[in-house]
Order: sequence, then structure tokens, then C-alpha cells
Amino acid sequence: MYNRKDKAIAFLMISPSLILLAIFVYFFIGQTAWYSVSDWGIDPATALKKGVEKNYVGLDNYHTLISSASDYEFRLAFISTFYFTIFFLSSCLILGFFLAFLLDQRIKGEGIFRTIFLFPMSLSFVVTGTIWNWLLKPKGGLNILPNKLFGTDPLEYKWLNSDTTLFKFEWLKGGTLFYLGIALFTFALFTYVAQKRNLSGFWVVIAGLVLWLISAAGFWDKIWVPIDDPVRDIGTYQGYGYSAALSGIVIAATWQMAGYVMALFLAGIRGISEELREAARVDGCAEWQVYTRIILPQLRPIALSAIIILGHISLKIFDLVYAMTGIDNKYVKVPGILMLKGFRSNEWARSSAVAMVMLFAISLVIIPYLWSNLRTEKQS
Amino acid sequence: MSKRLLSLCSLVIVFAVVVGSFAPTARAQDDLSGSLEIFSWWAGSEGPALEALIALYNEQHPNVEVINATVAGGSGVNARAVLKTRMEGGEPPDSFQVHAGQELIGTWVAADRMEDLTFLFEEQGWFEVFPEGLIDLLSTDEGIWSVPVNIHRSNVLWYNPAKLEEWGVEVPATWDDFLAVCPTLQDAGVTPLVVGEAWTVNHLWESVALGVLGAEGWNGIWTGETDLEGEEFLAVWDTFGKVLECSNFGEDNEGLPWDKATDRIADGTAAFNVMGDWAAGYMTTTLELVPGEGFGYAPAPGTDGVFMMLSDSFGLPVDAPNRDAAIAWLTLLGSKEGQDAFNPLKGSIPARIDGDVTNPELYNTYLQSAAADWAVDTIVGSLVHGAAANENFAGNFGSVVDLFTTSGAPEAAAAEFIALCESSGACGG
Repeated sequence: MYNRKDKAIAFLMISPSLILLAIFVYFFIGQTAWYSVSDWGIDPATALKKGVEKNYVGLDNYHTLISSASDYEFRLAFISTFYFTIFFLSSCLILGFFLAFLLDQRIKGEGIFRTIFLFPMSLSFVVTGTIWNWLLKPKGGLNILPNKLFGTDPLEYKWLNSDTTLFKFEWLKGGTLFYLGIALFTFALFTYVAQKRNLSGFWVVIAGLVLWLISAAGFWDKIWVPIDDPVRDIGTYQGYGYSAALSGIVIAATWQMAGYVMALFLAGIRGISEELREAARVDGCAEWQVYTRIILPQLRPIALSAIIILGHISLKIFDLVYAMTGIDNKYVKVPGILMLKGFRSNEWARSSAVAMVMLFAISLVIIPYLWSNLRTEKQS
Repeated sequence: MSKRLLSLCSLVIVFAVVVGSFAPTARAQDDLSGSLEIFSWWAGSEGPALEALIALYNEQHPNVEVINATVAGGSGVNARAVLKTRMEGGEPPDSFQVHAGQELIGTWVAADRMEDLTFLFEEQGWFEVFPEGLIDLLSTDEGIWSVPVNIHRSNVLWYNPAKLEEWGVEVPATWDDFLAVCPTLQDAGVTPLVVGEAWTVNHLWESVALGVLGAEGWNGIWTGETDLEGEEFLAVWDTFGKVLECSNFGEDNEGLPWDKATDRIADGTAAFNVMGDWAAGYMTTTLELVPGEGFGYAPAPGTDGVFMMLSDSFGLPVDAPNRDAAIAWLTLLGSKEGQDAFNPLKGSIPARIDGDVTNPELYNTYLQSAAADWAVDTIVGSLVHGAAANENFAGNFGSVVDLFTTSGAPEAAAAEFIALCESSGACGG
């Protein structure tokens, strides 16, 4: 095995990148976390003062994000991201699998098709965004395509500026129910993980529940109680939901990433031995049953990887939205755009809080994945 | 093959560096030496105007090496972010471009990072040549903070004279007049007023507000004298809502750049457009229309006799590494010579009232008329373009407009406006 000298050398070799990571990733995450609980930029006059004193204000910034009228945008962005993730993931997975299924039919020129489907991935999101922005113009691109082809009336679909909101719910009014839902969800997640991992499940569940209750009780009147606000009293809130204007973004993102999912699935399908399929056929499976009973179940780990990879892209999506709608589109908001807006109005603490919420959402996806990966690596 | 290419490349680079370091340094004698770094967002089509100024500066101070640091991006979005990082990091440029007024005062003066320029204004006799209203916008009680290079006007109504005649419509003098002709135009299948992406809608708002409140009422918003809960301010939002109903707002305005909106005036699919007077530059230079014939202009409805201005200006950061060279730069910017070199290329008018503005070789018909108004009109500052309100207010004002257009409730917008006034501290004591 390795001796001490080997270990020392190995450590020396990786230390430069460890140090760089420690400074440029973890130190700055810490810095952002500290700004997000400070009052830096709350008073615009001192936002850029030399050596300005930053005071600790607890969770005030998060409180405002969650309940003040002026941060309507943030909540819209948060919920938009949630819906965007769902639609983007499902369309990528379905389309990706469908393409992989087609290519698996041993067709002629498979290599060419594979390249074609995979090609969009080689573009940057900015390029994709610019092109699709042109294609989805209200009076151009896709909308005039039927007119150019068949001479029918041009479509008037508002791809990027529809003011329709679907799947609406009330953030502030039905608050308690919403958070109760979150609580139940957390509970279910804990139970599931405990079962899967064969931990002494009971104790994990209890621990999780207690933890959750404590944190909720601790922050209840800090976070959930809305700030007094004249605007809300006028009753003009429209409710939050999936803004139909996001569909343009979903289309562009799917166009770019579906080929990638296809490649993953195709590799997975090809990895399943032909004997298994043959055996299934001999046992009397119809061809579609081979897919649903044999292939799909074996693709589960690949689907999980795809979900993790696409999920973290979608939760931190910025460049595509920026290229397609700019930062001031009324209907399309994502947290990354709001962070950028912070630079315009010198709201450092608020921007940092937005960034921390994003980080938290992404780590909800990434950390369990890394954790289970590490476990399986250790086992093997 | 590729290895050879690589070594060839590096050879070229090394050669370039060597030659560069031995570049001729013979220059005439001058009291100033060293370097001067100017930070701005004037790249692309606005580059030549800045270069004309730098050429003048080089003539006057040949021993100073001018470093032209530009960060591209419309109205300085990117440049401002870079500037903030540099200032935070203790690396200020010698002089930087900033919209005159609160964009400078609310951010950099409030942060004690600018030098008072009153001495320069006194030394150069600028109190006589810049209009009083402009100097008020540049100043706080503690001093004067920047030197304005150019003036643009925000409250201009653009139209197509030939088309208006065809539709039988007159240029509206008030917003009520506009709302009165709106159905006529809609019946003719024309968009009465064209707006573009979000900021152009905010831009329209400031002209509506100025038209309804008048110059005094508009200034009162920023000094705290206008009653933001009163009828008049609600009327601003009410009128704004009606005006938007006469526009393409909500149909295809998202993602429509201002110049594409201007195109619709030229091609006659829309009747009116409220935009700053860079639109005149676009229509004369790019669309090759003759001012007054191919396109017409008037003060936005209800704002006759008021000039809502925005201005690019340069200031002096406290720790400027080359202070003397920077002061010489500012002196040039404020001089008649400098302003007349810069503005014809930029398509704006000089901030000085003694510019060579009647010279048709330098300034076209539109600019001449704007300069005539500039000398006599009441001057107020633009909100959207950084003169009237600090960056915090201006940056978040879009959400107030969004809230209004979503809810349609003037009371809600006014309440949100007041809340923003309080959190940003932009509306006086």
C-alpha cells in the first residue's frame, strides 16, 4: 500500500488546487453568507462608502424577500424556477428517451443523426438564447412560419411575453397550508431516505421531525408573518404561478439539452446485454414490453444522473434567460437575473440573500447525490 | 503542423511585444506628463466622439499617455458594475463617465469618493456658461460634482408628418388631446403610440408624469414637496394607464429595442413615440431622414417649455492616481472647443449655452432647435437616465411600473412608489 512519503507527496500535489478552491469557492461562499445577514446596501447612501461598517441583522433580508411587497419579483422568480425545472426536466427526459429509442432501431446513418441531435449542446446558452429569441419574436420567426409556408394567417402566440399565469397559488394568503405542505414533504423525504438506507429509520424520522419543528417554531414569527404593507391591503396581488412566457425558455433549453440526455440514454441502452432482451423475447415479451419491463428499469441510474445534471443547470439558469429576455422582462424572472439587478441598485445584502437561496436550492439536489455516490464508492 | 503553427504564433506575439516597448517616444514639451486613464462606456458608434476629445487632449498635453478604458454596453450597465468593483478594490480610474445628477451623487458622492469641483467651475467661469438648472442638478450643498459634456432631451414626441396629414391628426399638445385622437388612429389600423422593452415604458412614464404634474410638481417628487398620496399623483398613474391602452404595450413591446420602435414611426405603422433625442440621431444617420420633413418632433404632450434632460459627465474620484492630468481633462470637457468637438459626433447638444449651435455644418435642424430650447426652457432631470433619482430608486422603479401594469390600480402603484421613496431615500427629507 501507500507509505507515508507517498501520502505526503500526494497531498503536496493536490494542495495548490485545494488552496485555490478554499479561497475562491468556499471563502467567497462564506463571504456571501455573511453579507446576506448584514445590512450592506440597505441604506443606499452608504452602499459604496470606503470601509463601510456592515452590521449583523439576522435573517431580516430573507424575511423581506419572502414577505415584502417590493420583493414580489423574487417570489415570482423562485416559483418560476421551480416550474421551469419541472417542465425542462420532463421534456428533456421524454424527448431524450424518445430520440434514444429511435436511434436504437439500428437505422442507417445512426452516427449522423447522433451528431445532429448532440450538436446543439456544443453551443453556449448565450448563442442558443439569441437564436431562439429571434425565432420567438411576436411578429417573426415561428409565428410567421405558417404564413410563409402555406399563406395562412400568421400566429400570434406570445412565446416570451404572454401574461397568462397557469397553476396559480397564493403565497401570502394560503401561507400556512403551503408551509404545511413543505413540512409534510420533508417528512416524507426523511422516511424514504431512512428506508432506502436501512438506517434505524425510526430515529432518523424522529430526529428530522424534531429538527424541522424546532427550526419552524424558531423562525415562525420571524419569517412567515408578512410585513405590514399598504400595497397588499389594496388587494392587487395576482397570485404566483407558472408564467406562460417561460415556455419559450423551456423550448430553447430543451432544444439544447435533449440531445445530451439522448446520448446518456443511448449509452445506457447499448450497455444492456442483448441476451437479456433475447431472453425476454423468448419468454413472450412484446417489443414494447421489452422497453417498459427490461430496459427502462435498468436505465434508472442514468435517469437519476440526467436529473441531477439538468436539475442543477436549471436551478441556476441565468445566461439563457439573460440572452432571451434581458433583465427587465415583466413575465420572466429567475433568481440569477435578480442578483444582477442588485448591481444596478447597489443592494449587496439583498443580492447575497438571493444567491444564498439559490445555493440552498441547488445543494438540496447535489448534496444527497454526492452523499450517496460517496457511500457506494466506499462500499465497492 | 499545429506545433509549428503554435511556435509561429508565439514568435509573432514576442515580436509584437518587443516592437511595442520600443515605440517612438518623441513628444513635445508640456507641463503635464505621466498617464491618464479615462473610464467610459462609449464604445462602438459612440467611440469616434470620445476619440475626437482624446485627440484634442493629446494636442494640448502631448506628454500624457491617455488610456481609454471602455466597457461596452448600452447606457453603461456593464461599465457601472465594473466601476463599482474597481472603486471597491481601491483602484479608481482618473476620471469616469457617469450620468450627471443623482446617479453620481446618490452613489459616489454619498460614499465620499468624489472631489468637489467648485474650484474648477470658478476658475473656468463655468457658472456663466452652464444654465442654472443644470448646475443645480450637478450639485449638493457640499459642492459641484461633475463636468457635463453633452445634453440629451428625454421628453420628445416623435412622429411622421406626412402620415399624420394622411390620417388627419394633429400633434397633441396635452395627454388629453392624445387620448382624444387615440380612437381615430386605432380605427385607421395604426398603433397610436409605440413603446418598446421595459425601460422605454419607464421612459414614457416620466414624460407622462412631467406632463401631468408640470416642472414644479416633478421636481417636488424629489424634494418631498409633491404630495404622493394626493389626487394629482394618482392622476399621473391613471393617465399613464390610459396612454398604455393606446399603445402596443403587452402585445409585442417586450424585447423590442428602442430603435425598432422608432422604425415603426418611420414606416407609418405607429403614429407617435416618446423617446430621448438620440432617436433624432438614429433617424438622420441610419434611416437617412431629414429632420422636420422625414420625421417630426415636439415636446412630449403637456411639457412645452420644459426640458427634461440627461447628461453624460465626468467627475474626479478622490484617489485619482493622476489628479493633474485628470483636471486638465475635465477642463477640456467643459471648454467650448471640447464640447463642439464632441457633440456633433455624438448627436447631442453642448451643455454650454455659448456652443457653436447655429452652425449647420456641426448641428442639424433638430439639434439646433433643441439647443434653442435648452437656452430658454425650464430644466428638470430625468429619472430613468440617472439625473433625478439615485441608483437604488432608478434600479427598482421598474417593479413599480410592473406592479401597476399587472394590477391596474393607481393607488397600489402610488403606495409602492412611496415605499420605494422611503427605502431608497430618493425623495427628499
